[in-house]
Amino acid sequence: MAAMTVHLDVVSAEENLFSGRVETIQVTGSEGELGIYPGHAPLLTTLKPGMVRLVKQHGHEELIYIAGGVLEVQPGTVTVMADVAIRADDLDEQAALEAKKRAEEHIADPSSDLNYAEAAAELAEAIAQLRLIKSLRRK
Amino acid sequence: MSGGKEIKGKIGSIKNTQKITSAMEMVAASKMKKAQQRMASSRPYALNMRSVIGRLANANLEYRHPYMEEREIKAVGYIVISTDRGLCGGLNTNEFKAVVKEAREWQGKDVKVHFSALGSKACGFFDRFGGKVMAAESGLGDNPSVSDIIGPVKVMLNAFDEGEIDRLYLVFNNFVNTMTQEPRIDQLLPLPKSDEDEYKHSWDYLYEPDPRPILDRLLVRFIESQVYQGVVENLASEQASRMVAMKAATDNAGNLIDDLQLVYNKARQAAITQEISEIVSGAAAV
Repeated sequence: MAAMTVHLDVVSAEENLFSGRVETIQVTGSEGELGIYPGHAPLLTTLKPGMVRLVKQHGHEELIYIAGGVLEVQPGTVTVMADVAIRADDLDEQAALEAKKRAEEHIADPSSDLNYAEAAAELAEAIAQLRLIKSLRRK
Repeated sequence: MSGGKEIKGKIGSIKNTQKITSAMEMVAASKMKKAQQRMASSRPYALNMRSVIGRLANANLEYRHPYMEEREIKAVGYIVISTDRGLCGGLNTNEFKAVVKEAREWQGKDVKVHFSALGSKACGFFDRFGGKVMAAESGLGDNPSVSDIIGPVKVMLNAFDEGEIDRLYLVFNNFVNTMTQEPRIDQLLPLPKSDEDEYKHSWDYLYEPDPRPILDRLLVRFIESQVYQGVVENLASEQASRMVAMKAATDNAGNLIDDLQLVYNKARQAAITQEISEIVSGAAAV
């Protein structure tokens, strides 16, 4: 028997990144990592910067980076509404490294006018991107 | 029959108008392509948001957000999105007609109607129409951003929170295709329920962490995404409608020129014939 699947939509304000049937999804929720299989109970949660790892039918894997958003789960459908989303293959390691450095400098330098929360959020985004690039490379 | 020179002048002026309209047609055509792309790329987000909210409105939530409560209707609000410029056919007129029809129905039931106008045409129209214009914003340009629309939206949301309005609608021109745009009135608040039977039974979400912050964030996001989508759809509709209107104007100018050219030729011919007959009859008299 073919594996159970659930319909997944990953959308950002700019584009539709993924729409189709998947076997399982892994996302970074605000309270920790979540793994979602078909038939999951209805769930609503916010997402932190991180990756969406999805396994399509027949085991094909795909990674998408998202910078926060909302996840809605229904037994038959899963929807990820991301603020910003980038396909893992399109991520720019150099830009992420620079952003990380910049954010760290801002946090270390108390005289800068950027506020702390913003810098921390930027740092979290950059780190999440880098982690995703690394995990992509390992494969 | 008027003199040849006057007709010639008229033809020249119509030719100039034709040049302008055909230039406007081409500008609108190139702008429409961009506007259409922007609309298509943000559409999935808005649609998914709408279906999530539809399911949410059917759920039995432990935290009832004020946006979900159906209240007795004493006043309704309309956010009307229009164009900033004219010369786009009947686009705005049709839209306003649809709004006015609904507004009259509400007023017949003793319900007050308030407006929030986005775009200078709507600002002008609803100032004259009567009813209260609570917020007005114009000059969004060809690249609207979400931050531009937050102002007028916020005013309406505050009015809803304070009970000044009990229902909120969004009005814009829905882009069907280049030839067809239709005015659409969507309910924003209280949240429209989805029609899917699957979700009619009593159920609730699991929340991580708490329902309140998630719902607050999601609902505001929902309103913003719907209004933004309305603005970009309206923009694409505007350009499409202008393109069609200007094409018709260019064609009409062409017809007019042809007709006038015929009249001009006839007048010239008549003048020549008259001259010849004068010469001939003059020669015969000698």
